Amino acid sequence: MRKMISILVRNHPGVLSHVSGLFARRGYNIESIAAGVTERPDVTRITIVVSGDELILEQVAKQLRKLIDVIKVQDLKYSESITRELVLLTIHVPRDKRQEVVLTANSFGAEVVDIADKTMTLEFVGNERRINVLLRALENFKVKELARTGFVALPLESQLEPERTLL
Amino acid sequence: MTPTKSGAEIIVQSLIDAGVDTIFGFPGGRVIPIYDVLYSSPIRHILTRHEQGAAHAADGYARVTGRVGVCIATSGPGATNLVTGLATAYMDSVPIVALTGQVSVNMIGNDSFQEADIYGITIPITKYNYLVKDAERLPQVIKEAFYIACTGRPGPVLIDIPSDLQTARVTPRKLAPVKLPGYAPVTKGHPRQIEAILKAVKTARRPVIYAGGGVISSGASKELRRFVEKTQIPITTTLMGKGVFPEDHELSLGMLGMHGTKYANYTIYESDLIIAMGVRFDDRVAGDVQKFAPLAKIIHIDIDPAEIGKRVGVNIPIVGDLKSILEMLNEKVETTARKRWLERVSQWKREHPLTYKDNGSLKPQYILEVLSEMTKGEIVVTTDVGQHQMWAALYIKSMEPRRFITSGGLGTMGYGFPAAIGAKVGCPERPVVSLSGDGSFQMCIQELATVRMFKLPVKIFIFNNSCLGMVRQWQELFYNKRYSSTVFEFNPDFCKVAEGYEVPAFRVTEPQEVRKAIDKALNMDGPVLVDFRVAPGENVMPMIPAGGGQTDFIGEGDD
Repeated sequence: MRKMISILVRNHPGVLSHVSGLFARRGYNIESIAAGVTERPDVTRITIVVSGDELILEQVAKQLRKLIDVIKVQDLKYSESITRELVLLTIHVPRDKRQEVVLTANSFGAEVVDIADKTMTLEFVGNERRINVLLRALENFKVKELARTGFVALPLESQLEPERTLL
Repeated sequence: MTPTKSGAEIIVQSLIDAGVDTIFGFPGGRVIPIYDVLYSSPIRHILTRHEQGAAHAADGYARVTGRVGVCIATSGPGATNLVTGLATAYMDSVPIVALTGQVSVNMIGNDSFQEADIYGITIPITKYNYLVKDAERLPQVIKEAFYIACTGRPGPVLIDIPSDLQTARVTPRKLAPVKLPGYAPVTKGHPRQIEAILKAVKTARRPVIYAGGGVISSGASKELRRFVEKTQIPITTTLMGKGVFPEDHELSLGMLGMHGTKYANYTIYESDLIIAMGVRFDDRVAGDVQKFAPLAKIIHIDIDPAEIGKRVGVNIPIVGDLKSILEMLNEKVETTARKRWLERVSQWKREHPLTYKDNGSLKPQYILEVLSEMTKGEIVVTTDVGQHQMWAALYIKSMEPRRFITSGGLGTMGYGFPAAIGAKVGCPERPVVSLSGDGSFQMCIQELATVRMFKLPVKIFIFNNSCLGMVRQWQELFYNKRYSSTVFEFNPDFCKVAEGYEVPAFRVTEPQEVRKAIDKALNMDGPVLVDFRVAPGENVMPMIPAGGGQTDFIGEGDD
């Protein structure tokens, strides 16, 4: 069971260790974690992707809600949310292959942000599936370095609307 | 212009404003400014001889009074010595505010002398914690800490205060109300769930109440008693719940679980409805959740939503404060006659009473039985951890809440004696008896100096069998009698140790002396230590082995 949890917390030092500690203790590997300030400067949104047994994840969510600094815990379903991650990828590219990389990048809407003697760096924003497809399309090139921000997500309002009117 | 105050003055004033009149602590380099202010403040400071003692004393004080216990220690080792005490309080939901000194802000993170990241260390064992970096925030933080410690599910809160904040000059400002957007404990039970409970109670044929420490925290014993008497439903309590209902009442089944009474466990096992109140289905209560109460519907009432459904599936969950929920239930609950069920329960009580073999030697069970009979639930008892703790839970009949003080969740050896100090300070009008094993007592033996110095009349009863009895019992039963490191080939002479601390002491070796000895100890002025040389090799029975179901009893004493 893979879950994406969006947590709104009071923005102050130490809050991340409170949150991540809950997962670590139960042996859950956090696959991705991204944190950033929200529309309110005193509130941070932490988006966590974690996998584990559903019942225990539910227990973790309850424990998260119990933390004094946690304002809200939302279980985001993939089908009902927009998820995005930013990827920076530096690959080894011989000069004669540059064109190929640029073409691949263009067809995905990825941007070439740096070209060096033997490498190229691409920037790409997408959901998980598109990121995986892009990485596979470039798998003939040796990766020098890869940096990913982790997923951020928000509920897909248009999907939620009918439910809201029902309520 | 408002005159400025030092951070330390602000701290002590904030404590006074929070209603604190007593704190337990041990000074050190990084709290000297606070101690300097305490020196001339109205707050009574109880100097322990180890910071662990201060934490446990604050805990005992909190459990007896229902108020927040306060302890203080310096940075580094002072702070880390509080850790066991904080973890103990956290596991048993006891409201404590712990203040620690810290190296000055500009030195934090430099491995400075006596620096420890106590904020990081205590994250998983406190309800909340602070590392304050701005002296202006001190009053607000202290106000918040007390609020968090004693509301909702209570728990310990730690405030780490760098030394330069204590000497900084601050202009006192008006306090803002506590505003914590993520913290709003639900207190009122949901009316729909109340209805569901009433219906389930009405139709149940074999109901039982399983009540724990949450009832005590909520101050709901009176409401619980009314509920029991209206419904005539038998009630068993956890170790933490001892005293929520008078144990001499015919509907009381005493304690359940691993070392609970057989009749409590049989009743749970055969019940068709469990009304769980302020409990957490701990593994010492329900070793095997599949074989706990296979036929029962479960109602779970608790203030902490994270407890509901944690170990067992629940049919009717309700989140809220027990006192208010019981009041709502009591308004409408009806009496249902369940003669056959009550007969069955009392038959179990008759057939499986608590027993031990009387062979003329000094039995710990006998001492506790006599103590219970002589004091009739009117004393405060604290225990350490191990066999004597379980015997005390079984043989001392508790009549009121906050009179049986024990480390249930963490099982902290060394807890009982310093907790008795806190209990005596918090409840000076009642006799306080500290029950210890010879193993446990040696873990905080230094606090003899504290009872002597403050002339605190704590009565120390040591159940001395010269071994670590509970582990020895497990080795006997499950490890082929290989008594690895559980038999003390040397033990100090506790009477002589006490004498060194100028605490009167005497020894009891024969059962005939017990009554007189207890009478003498209780009637002496000041503290006293009684070294009961109890029969070694005695086991706590009944017993369900770890992971066992409610009827999987083993071992001797089986009837």
